[in-house]
Amino acid sequence: MSSDEVDTSAAVEVDRMADAVAEPGSPKSDPILVADSVKRSFGGLTAVDVNHLEVQRGTITALIGPNGAGKSTFFNLLTGFDRVDKGRWTFEGRPINGRRGHQVARAGMVRTFQLTKALTRMTVLDNMLLGAQGQLGERMVGAFLRPMWRSQEQANTERAMELLERFKLVDKRQDMAGSLSGGQRKLLEMARALMTDPSMIMLDEPMAGVNPALVQSLLQHITSLRDEGKTVLFVEHDMDVIMGISDWIVVLAQGGVIAEGRPSDIRSDQQVIDAYLGAQEVEGESGESGDE
Amino acid sequence: MDILMILAEAARSAVGPVAAIYALAAVGLNLHFGYTGLLNFGQVGFMLVGAYGVGISVAVFDLPVLVGFLVGLGCALVLALLLGIPTLRLRADYLAITTIAAAEVLRLVYRAGFAEPVTNGVYGLQNLSSGFREVNPFDAGGRYGFGAMTFTGNQMWLMTVTWGLVALFAVFTWMLIHSPWGRVIKGVREDEDAVRSLGKNVFAYKMQALVLGGLIGALAGAMLAVHQGAIQPDQFKPQVTFFLWVILLLGGAGRVFGPIIGSMAFWFLMNFTDGFLKGLGREGLLPFLEGPDYGAIQLAFVGLLLVLLIVFRPQGLIGDRKEMLINVK
Repeated sequence: MSSDEVDTSAAVEVDRMADAVAEPGSPKSDPILVADSVKRSFGGLTAVDVNHLEVQRGTITALIGPNGAGKSTFFNLLTGFDRVDKGRWTFEGRPINGRRGHQVARAGMVRTFQLTKALTRMTVLDNMLLGAQGQLGERMVGAFLRPMWRSQEQANTERAMELLERFKLVDKRQDMAGSLSGGQRKLLEMARALMTDPSMIMLDEPMAGVNPALVQSLLQHITSLRDEGKTVLFVEHDMDVIMGISDWIVVLAQGGVIAEGRPSDIRSDQQVIDAYLGAQEVEGESGESGDE
Repeated sequence: MDILMILAEAARSAVGPVAAIYALAAVGLNLHFGYTGLLNFGQVGFMLVGAYGVGISVAVFDLPVLVGFLVGLGCALVLALLLGIPTLRLRADYLAITTIAAAEVLRLVYRAGFAEPVTNGVYGLQNLSSGFREVNPFDAGGRYGFGAMTFTGNQMWLMTVTWGLVALFAVFTWMLIHSPWGRVIKGVREDEDAVRSLGKNVFAYKMQALVLGGLIGALAGAMLAVHQGAIQPDQFKPQVTFFLWVILLLGGAGRVFGPIIGSMAFWFLMNFTDGFLKGLGREGLLPFLEGPDYGAIQLAFVGLLLVLLIVFRPQGLIGDRKEMLINVK
């Protein structure tokens, strides 16, 4: 619907996927993230069982699927926020499976959350500064040596201000993050993630509960991230939103990858349509909502 | 009934040694709960190991009191690690359950028969303050102050050291909280997953805060030992922890001066209600009360005042109401 404008602009751009084949587990020319046989089950229910997945560097890859397909679980596994049963994955060539959440973030893969996690009783600027890496003043002993981290703090503040400017939050910098609206919190979370200077950004349903006008602005922000050379992987279940901006789409159903390809491939994939519509019919009957 | 006398007596206790000791322990609890969001319901356990560090070193092994302080701090460090390693990776409530139980277990172990050779069981340890009083610059027999606000030289010395420690750790807290380290700690209080996603080792930060607050609690316990000169296990009941929580919430959690103001206000209220009720009793206005009833009525009275405080000023005396409301939402 309202994603037409972005749709056309994406269409004229070059194909960033080189000559990747549209099939599950297809190899990419320059993968930043490679996952192999990742498995996670809760009791008897297998939530995630992904055989092979590669994410191309410098692209926007969307991870879609009906409710309960295991998107968020897979996301949590990759970012170290959940323990995997088995499987291994590498990020920029280094294995990062088994690493904890903060170690994954330090490696350059930062995530956001489906339910926005603004640190409500802290100012917007403090939220941002928390994202900066390698701060001397964050060590307990270092905390007392103000002269040692003052210049670093200043540099971080400048960088934070630039990002706040870009996300149009600069006027709010001294406000408590808890006083921001839902949409502003989404922007803050994205800006804060950028403060860590990541090479890959994982967005967990960035459009959930956001009004249409802000969806456009969020989509533009995501596109500009890619244009700066960052890799974006995001989970979403609204098909319309994704088609416009994604370079590549991975479709998850019942924990496994059932299809991969460019938006045009996915749109016409009968398997995807079946999985999506089939699952959504079931979902409609049981009246279930929410992911996983 | 001389209301002025009662007020003066209450004011005296608000600046006295006990208020100072509780303020110090609450400064530690403020680091735990006020800034890091750790639900420590066993601060009295840290006080106990601090007090017995002094007690056992001085009374049993005849060591200098300073060594006793170090032993107490060492025990608090071990206790914090033992509590933190299994629970800090889990949800916040696990720490709460573990700390309240651990503090009670410690009290029961220290009073148990098998521990008697070192702890002297239920009888406790005596003659603990001579080493501390030897270095007293005040005249031990002299009286300092004016009117009802007079203290002995020994009390002055203890108050100077304890309030000095309170001031020292208040500055310490202020410096920590106004640094990037403090920013991470406050972030952990708000949402630890968010902080983790930004590359911070949340477990390590929580552990540092637990150890630090525990050490301050142990110092308060050690000061209690030298203040009283004698300690028994049964004075370290969970009630002490709850007093500390009341002090923290009364003053304002997450404020550097919260625990200090809180402790002074709390001991003022405790002594004022006590004096007031006893005064009424002497006038024959409370014929239905027997001697031991006064203590119970007094606690209920303080409780009522605190309920009113929570209703009308949930952020505590010096807390920030705006912050409080954000949290509720």
